[in-house]
Amino acid sequence: MTFVLTEDQEMLRDTAVNFTRDELPVKHLRALRDAGKNGVDPEARQKLAELGFFGVLIPEEYDGVEMSMTAFGQVMEAQGRTLASTPLLQTACIGASAILLGGTEAQKKEWLPKIAAGEVTTALALDETSHHNPAGVATEAERDGQGYTLNGAKKYVQDGHHADVFIVVARTFGEAGDSHGLTLFLVPRDAKGLTVQALNTVDSHGAAHLTLDGVHVDDSHVLGAADKGMDVLEPVLDRGRIALAAEMLGSSLAAFEMTHEYMQTRKQFGQLIGSFQALQHRAAKMFTELELTTSCITAALSAVDSQRNDIAELASLAKARASETVHLVSNETVQLHGGIGMTDDHDSGFYMKRARVQEALLGSASFHRDRYAKLNGY
Amino acid sequence: MPFDAPSDPDAFREKVRGWLEENCPESMRTPMPEDEVVWGGRREKFKNPDSKVWLERMANEGWTAPTWPKEYGGGGLSREQAKVLEQEMARIGARTPLFSFGLWMFGPALIEFGNEEQKKRFLPDIVHGKTRWCQGYSEPGAGSDLAGLQTKCEDKGDHYLINGQKVWTSYANEADWIFCLVRTDNTVKHEGISFILFDMESEGVETRPIKLISGSSPFCETFFSDVKVPKDQLVGEVNGGWKIAKRLLQHERSSISASGFGSARGTGMLELEEYAKIHVGTDGNGKLLDGDLRGRIADHQMYTKAFNLTVQRSQQQAKAGQEVGHTASIIKYAAAKMNQDKHELMIEALGTEGLGWEGEGFDRGAKMVTRGWLRSKGNSIEGGTSEINLNVVSKRVLGLRDHQ
Repeated sequence: MTFVLTEDQEMLRDTAVNFTRDELPVKHLRALRDAGKNGVDPEARQKLAELGFFGVLIPEEYDGVEMSMTAFGQVMEAQGRTLASTPLLQTACIGASAILLGGTEAQKKEWLPKIAAGEVTTALALDETSHHNPAGVATEAERDGQGYTLNGAKKYVQDGHHADVFIVVARTFGEAGDSHGLTLFLVPRDAKGLTVQALNTVDSHGAAHLTLDGVHVDDSHVLGAADKGMDVLEPVLDRGRIALAAEMLGSSLAAFEMTHEYMQTRKQFGQLIGSFQALQHRAAKMFTELELTTSCITAALSAVDSQRNDIAELASLAKARASETVHLVSNETVQLHGGIGMTDDHDSGFYMKRARVQEALLGSASFHRDRYAKLNGY
Repeated sequence: MPFDAPSDPDAFREKVRGWLEENCPESMRTPMPEDEVVWGGRREKFKNPDSKVWLERMANEGWTAPTWPKEYGGGGLSREQAKVLEQEMARIGARTPLFSFGLWMFGPALIEFGNEEQKKRFLPDIVHGKTRWCQGYSEPGAGSDLAGLQTKCEDKGDHYLINGQKVWTSYANEADWIFCLVRTDNTVKHEGISFILFDMESEGVETRPIKLISGSSPFCETFFSDVKVPKDQLVGEVNGGWKIAKRLLQHERSSISASGFGSARGTGMLELEEYAKIHVGTDGNGKLLDGDLRGRIADHQMYTKAFNLTVQRSQQQAKAGQEVGHTASIIKYAAAKMNQDKHELMIEALGTEGLGWEGEGFDRGAKMVTRGWLRSKGNSIEGGTSEINLNVVSKRVLGLRDHQ
């Protein structure tokens, strides 16, 4: 396990941190919200493409920059710092990984260069209830000559309101609750029978519900082996969870820094509030949690790069710990700012709202505690 | 045969492996019951005779203190080599030959602050387990506020005269010598403290064990009345003891945390999730029947994993030359919480089986859990309370200031 960044990774980290700080600060998200953009930001997408961020996990032969998961984690942490609404998690991590791990050579050649260039964005359409449950998929895919017909509904698809292509998980065998019998399909946004209902969400990033009503998909759009979708889905989800945890760490760190700064400027009773021991200890506890969580995320990113056999365990560790930390810190951020923290004018509310979405996506802390216990045999 | 350390790492590993194979007695490759732990010193009985042989062989190589300089009896190994030794010992399940405050706390401080004569005089006996040391720090009126200590040390020309009382002196009743903080100047606080060493058999020293809630007595009250100490036993400058004391506390905090407050290995105690499975029960898939407890156990185990990864991370960062200062306080705070949470969960998982005190009717391991649970309450008090550690993090790491 490697906990220290290489020079290349450090450079990417600096580039990403500077970019989100200068180009996509919280102020930018606020402006998007106030303009009713619902998190959709084509200009940012263009800039991210120019920086090569979409291709971090894509091999050079498909026009990517072929770095590492650890490198990608630095970009995610940077976007988490400013709560930037970008398609990176869904497209550069989940979409690219699904095609890399499950796709045929033809599919890789068709999609990966477009993803790396920022020309195509993807969104994983998996969950059907208000809680993450990969095996719970009930959406049906029925054989129809040259392909399949899909019927069902997907809930709260991240980036669903603007993605170009969906990776739809549907059932080709068995019933809801079975891990076996799932298949992944690439479904273009303009497919006949697909309805996208954009959602206004609490974090101002947006999302979408999908309805699939007799959507036809050709065989060439099946991703990976039929019925064995879970073999691709699980590792892809784990990468997504780890990347999202890195984003959450970024949000936690930024909220903590903002609070730490405020403690050293705000005065009451003629004293800086940071000189009160009751508050100092809360800050020290947050700092301790941040240190512990940082280690989990660094370890999980590194585990993917070295293809260790405990990636699942570390992914659940990272996602659960990041969830607990981001709630602790974002709630304390509001409390320690006092009245100003309750106002829309202040940024702290943005962090607290986004934290709830971050937790719910790809499995809550509770989901991952359960999974961690299972993986450890109890 | 004396061991000549090859510089090539693989050759070194090979050689260590061969040496251990030849020199580590069979019974020293088994889990160590608590009553076979060797603390050394004049009173050491070596309950298992093999442990005496094992200590002597290891000490002759200097491997009880692998990284200390050879001239003081240490092994003279590099950190990397010491790590190899540790790994090779772990590979065959070799016991730690010597438990010692001298090795963990006092020795490293003496190497840094002692004069040549003191190092030559005291360090080799620590390496060989001949002298057992105790730590005279806390006093009835100086706990968290350690620098408020009052034990008086007067300069009587050809000797020092010590009067006062220490408390929470670990194993003072079994120790041969004490390293002790004393007051040499009443008019200032931190700048009036000195660091002094003396024999516990000196006239005027008395120890009384303190019985704890767990039933054990690892600590003593220690009284000094007109104890005469030769002048060459003061370490560093007169009134310059505080910086030595602080450095030693860092060693103490890291050794308390590194030992993880003791683990279940070899003691007859099971791991938390094993107790839970036995006493709470599982469904057909091996899942704990109490879902609420299961979630809390998972949460705790994640915390433990995060803690272990953090220790690993800070070691790697230190090796890469990155700043990791004050990690000790974060780690000590987290380790105390972790160990206390673990014991609370164990007691809960055991149910009434965890409520035995002594005698028949309760599993031996379970009774150790009960005692361990009570003992663990001290983890957030000893070696700097959790509140003091949080103060250190707020002030030194986060730069938050006191009231102005």
